[in-house]
Amino acid sequence: MNLFKRIFLFYYDGFKSMTIGKTLWVIILIKLFVMFAILKVFFFPNILKRNFKTDEERSKFVIEQLTTKPK
Amino acid sequence: MEHFDLSLVNWSRAQFALTAMYHWVFVPLTLGLAFIMAFMETLYYRTGDEEWKRITKFWMTLFGINFAIGVATGIILEFEFGTNWSNYSWFVGDIFGAPLAIEGIMAFFMESTFIAVMFFGWNKVSKKFHLISTWLVALGANLSALWILVANAWMQYPAGMHFNPDTARNEMLNFWEVLLSPVAVNKFLHTISSGYVLASLFVVGISAWFLLKGRHVLLAKRSIIVASVFGLITSLFLALTGDGSAYQVAQKQPMKLAAMEGLYKGTEGAPLIVIGALTPGKDYTDDKEPYLFKIQIPKLLSFLGYRSSDAFVPGVKDIVEGGYTYTDKDGNQRVALSAEQKIERGRVAIQALADYKKAREAGDSAAMVYHRKLLDENFEYFGYGYLNDPKSIVPNVPLTFYSFHIMVGLGFLFIAFFVVMLYLIYFKGFKVNKWLLRSSILMIPFAYVASQAGWIVAEVGRQPWVIQDVLPTVAAVSRIDASAVQVTFFLFFAIFTTLLIAELRIMFTQIKKGPKDGGK
Repeated sequence: MNLFKRIFLFYYDGFKSMTIGKTLWVIILIKLFVMFAILKVFFFPNILKRNFKTDEERSKFVIEQLTTKPK
Repeated sequence: MEHFDLSLVNWSRAQFALTAMYHWVFVPLTLGLAFIMAFMETLYYRTGDEEWKRITKFWMTLFGINFAIGVATGIILEFEFGTNWSNYSWFVGDIFGAPLAIEGIMAFFMESTFIAVMFFGWNKVSKKFHLISTWLVALGANLSALWILVANAWMQYPAGMHFNPDTARNEMLNFWEVLLSPVAVNKFLHTISSGYVLASLFVVGISAWFLLKGRHVLLAKRSIIVASVFGLITSLFLALTGDGSAYQVAQKQPMKLAAMEGLYKGTEGAPLIVIGALTPGKDYTDDKEPYLFKIQIPKLLSFLGYRSSDAFVPGVKDIVEGGYTYTDKDGNQRVALSAEQKIERGRVAIQALADYKKAREAGDSAAMVYHRKLLDENFEYFGYGYLNDPKSIVPNVPLTFYSFHIMVGLGFLFIAFFVVMLYLIYFKGFKVNKWLLRSSILMIPFAYVASQAGWIVAEVGRQPWVIQDVLPTVAAVSRIDASAVQVTFFLFFAIFTTLLIAELRIMFTQIKKGPKDGGK
């Protein structure tokens, strides 16, 4: 049996024989979905990445933020 | 500071605190339990006794539950950096980037690869390889903690960096200076050892419950011995590293030390408050007695903070008003500036950055050199330029004071607890009193309280700074709508509370079931 197949079967058998682990995986998957597909997409954009294309623009913006009082 | 939206700052802080505190519910148990499991499996490997294998597998199951529920809760902190703290994220970028990238690449992959072998590999890989995998999971988890704690330590003591006004970013000058700064070393050792103590108390507490119920007695006895020995050694180490951390606070963050001790007015030969209650509403400008009552050890604060029993320890008032002599990081004697003087110099630094930017855009090299020099000369006070009131450099004294004393008091209680437990086991076998077993269970929530209190001291005590003296929270926060932050605060509260309830339910069910194949 080649190495990749052995590794695959190692994980396959491991997941298959899980008991409490199955519940935990469901929790992990739901959690990751909520985090990345909902929170990250709708609530937590990276403001500087979203609003500016280059690092130079980002630097300029942050310097402005740091040197001017909020309106 | 009146120009800043304090509601936005406070909600952003509350949101970050909530996320970090929930994240820290899961982390310390992972850090400590991994090593306890590794010790137990080592005993199995060396003796071949199948009971040690059952014991290891039982604690491994609880480790798995905690790991699964807690995994990735820290990622939300990174989301918040990008959205709520974008100025800060950009400002520190290179300093934070390197340690976190190393964490992601090295420690996380090491941890996640070997965790599969640890859970799936029983009877499939050799006993030796399985044992090595368990040890590597423990080392990987602790290595993950190293990098994030180095980043946090840099915020408390920004060493090894240089601010580049062209990019508005701090750039790393010396990686080793960042990694091995005395604050980073002490913070790492103190934090991970707190996780070891918490995990030890967790194991002892659950084992004590088994003994009270008369179930899985051999598992419980053996677990108590391993965890108590590990717990005693690490709780002594915790006290040692706590002393190291407090010494660093005295040198680098004197205002935090003053808040930790409720020291409003500095003195030579300052006493250490063992137990005390602060006078409500006390301000450094009034003449009220700071404590309602106190039990103190004379001169100990001076000795612990400056290694000299007669050393002067500045209080809140001294630090705000300046004028006392202290030793700077280069070992030179300096007279402390007042907060007002620092605010002035901070404003000069901020104006110099603005003028430097204009000169750069105008292509005026001479002006650039001039403003750059002005910025560099005043940069150590840069963050003060955002403050309007000298009082704003004072953190929440009561919260810091009580958190500190709860943490330290519980820390010493844990040492006493492990000593008593091991003494009774050694001299009376396991015929220990029921009260000790019951109090063992009580130690589990105490351990979590102490652990959270430690972070409150570290983070509330350094307010108003995100980066000590260089960037206050008011300037670090993204100028977004405060109501958006409120929405996500309550969203997180709901999600994390659900996760915590899920963890507790699954964990309690698993504990009630006991080891899968019975045990003795």
